[in-house]
Amino acid sequence: MLGPYAAFVVSAYAIAAAVVMILIGWVVTDYRRQQAQLRDLEAQGITRRSQREAAP
Amino acid sequence: MALIDLANPTRFLALAGRLLPWCAVATVMLFAIGLYQSWLAPDDYQQGATVKIMFIHVPNAWLSMFVWGVMSVSALGTLVWRHPLADVAAKAAAPLGAAFTFLALVTGSLWGRPMWGTYWEWDARLTSVLILFLMYLGLMALWRAVDDPSRAARAAAILTLVGAINLPIIKFSVDWWNTLHQGASVLRMGGPTLDRAFLVPLLVMAVGFTALFVTLHLAAMRNEILRRRVRSLQMLQASRPAA
Repeated sequence: MLGPYAAFVVSAYAIAAAVVMILIGWVVTDYRRQQAQLRDLEAQGITRRSQREAAP
Repeated sequence: MALIDLANPTRFLALAGRLLPWCAVATVMLFAIGLYQSWLAPDDYQQGATVKIMFIHVPNAWLSMFVWGVMSVSALGTLVWRHPLADVAAKAAAPLGAAFTFLALVTGSLWGRPMWGTYWEWDARLTSVLILFLMYLGLMALWRAVDDPSRAARAAAILTLVGAINLPIIKFSVDWWNTLHQGASVLRMGGPTLDRAFLVPLLVMAVGFTALFVTLHLAAMRNEILRRRVRSLQMLQASRPAA
């Protein structure tokens, strides 16, 4: 179907897919890491000024 | 809500949370349509099936420059208005720009081998894009090397604006110098020279990759805002007297 240059075409698409997956994975894991760190800090009573002011 | 209100990090986080699912769905749909059209596109009479590499190479090449353009506008926001969200936008965009530039270089190389007989040639277009890639890596290293975000922001903004000189060099390199790389065939005076059978999938893939950038950029900006909140809370924790 892709002729004699199939390896070049398939490699290009496979590398592009891998890089996009890595970017998505990086963004998702980074978000989870930051959320977990924020939760840990808040559990220790360390909160932002705006949150302290909002608290009853 | 006025546009300036979105420059508030808390409002931005709320907006990003609402927009991200829609952007992700739009990206998936555009890629599904674009990849289907790319698969159905006919072989080129000279290049054969390797023309399919164009549908990922060209969008990534465009985005490599577009992202630096976004970072340059953000750099102005950092230097002129000193707004922290401007630096957040630039810092979040840099790894994405580096990835798109890397893909433009690699897919171009894989297209060049069967068509030009070589993976790499030190001509003006290829070399200027390689320099752009190295500049992205340099900027990312700078942000990591400086502890204080506001100091890093100013240095990175200046470097970004200086680096923007490379954008017209990349764009016009094929006109100014005798290069192996072909001239513009889509964004040119007189309209595209590409046949509709190639132009439509190319444009759909370009919009798809742009939607991917918008989605990932929103998510990366959200992460960067959270990272700065974590840092300020850790500093607050460190400054508290021990019980």
